[in-house]
Amino acid sequence: MTTTAIPLVDHFAQGLDAPICITWELTYACNLACHHCLSSSGRRDPDELTTAEAMAVIDELAEMQVFYVNIGGGEPTIRPDFWQLLDHAAARGVGVKFSTNGSRITPEAAARLAASDYVDVQISVDGATADVNDAVRGEGTFATAVQAMEHLAAAGFEGFKLSVVCTRQNAGQLDELKALADRYGAQLRLTRLRPSGRGADVWDELHPAAEQQRGIYEWLLEHGEEVLTGDSFFHLAGFGEPLPGLNLCGAGRVVCLIDPVGDVYACPFTIHDEFLAGNVRAEGFAAVWRTSELFQSLRGPHSGGACESCSAWDACRGGCMAAKFFTGMPLDGPDPECVKGHGETALATIDSASAPRPSIDHSKPTPTPVVLRRRPDRSCDESPLAGLDVASLPTPAGAT
Amino acid sequence: MTETTSVLDRPLELAAQVSVRPERFGALLYHFGTRRLSFLKDPRLLAVVQRLPEVPTARAACTACGVEPGSLRSFDAALRRLLDTGMLQERPA
Repeated sequence: MTTTAIPLVDHFAQGLDAPICITWELTYACNLACHHCLSSSGRRDPDELTTAEAMAVIDELAEMQVFYVNIGGGEPTIRPDFWQLLDHAAARGVGVKFSTNGSRITPEAAARLAASDYVDVQISVDGATADVNDAVRGEGTFATAVQAMEHLAAAGFEGFKLSVVCTRQNAGQLDELKALADRYGAQLRLTRLRPSGRGADVWDELHPAAEQQRGIYEWLLEHGEEVLTGDSFFHLAGFGEPLPGLNLCGAGRVVCLIDPVGDVYACPFTIHDEFLAGNVRAEGFAAVWRTSELFQSLRGPHSGGACESCSAWDACRGGCMAAKFFTGMPLDGPDPECVKGHGETALATIDSASAPRPSIDHSKPTPTPVVLRRRPDRSCDESPLAGLDVASLPTPAGAT
Repeated sequence: MTETTSVLDRPLELAAQVSVRPERFGALLYHFGTRRLSFLKDPRLLAVVQRLPEVPTARAACTACGVEPGSLRSFDAALRRLLDTGMLQERPA
């Protein structure tokens, strides 16, 4: 039933007075050093928001009627005031869904989380088996995540999320990942790997191969709304039917990112000066959201370039801005994972060394392996792990 | 209450855990229990939902909000969907 003059999706494309959902990276500190970390996290930034400043952000979100915020990092539970901020959000009626590697989800923490209506938890796992997961997240991280899930299930926390970034290595494990979530009464959430943060360094080795994209698409169609995706696979809508969700790039329109120092970016995958809208300290979040020039421009009309003449244009709208930007592709060109193959063609003409680097990097100095930022020779692409010696990846420091 | 009774003839109200955010196109609804987000794609539907607790039936809320008889079917379907997803609940008699 709709009698609106313009479709709902167009309302969203033009931006709302308040975001539907915000991602808030609470800290850049992390006890892990995942190779594909979208925020290049590792070390805390000395300028991170204080407890009082973070609470003021929560108050503002409550006033704007932002229903919930996705908290991440870094590892958000490392912040000493993490629980205090959760309690403040609940008191103000702002729901929190936080992402964690599970290392601090003790039985006591699980019981506390299970008791709150306002908190949801996402345990990050990037493979259905320890070998696949630990290769990107660090040795022992699969066991840690599974233990956290056991604690949550034992505490009676139903429907927490198992959050998985789809990679070339785990794209064949989707059934097993779903079974893993089911075992603990959790819901599977699959998201798309972006070449953001350290993800840029491993994109060539980790992003699903072209033939795997269709498999992911069909699997998602088959499982419908029982699997969450954060709307991140809308570039696959070009295969045919749209996937459940808005099928829209919400950056600066219905979503955005607040980083640990209060900088507001268009989306969680765009930590770069080019997509910086303002800072909550200087202006307050509402003012940044409503008046930033960047967000105003994202809410205006956009050219899709050559994509506009493609039969899939209405379905994918050119795909993901961050995926294009950090692979060095023009924003009005195809997505690097364009289902029609236009991305691969365009990518082949781009010198990857010219792709923008993240403006800020909080990686720990030692643990991230040096992966040369060069696109592997296409003729060597048969091996999904070409150029990445998984067995030799060092254990991230402190990943105990 | 049988399955065949139109949702329009029932006394309804917003579920306790649901928050409403009015928007130009209608409203966003969020259920803190199911963590489900819904969209009301018509400002008149929002008006009807807000009127529900004050009137005996959903039909009365539609009438009070000026919904023409020809549009009742679509309001019936929209309210049923909100009831099925737990956004609305039946009010105790």
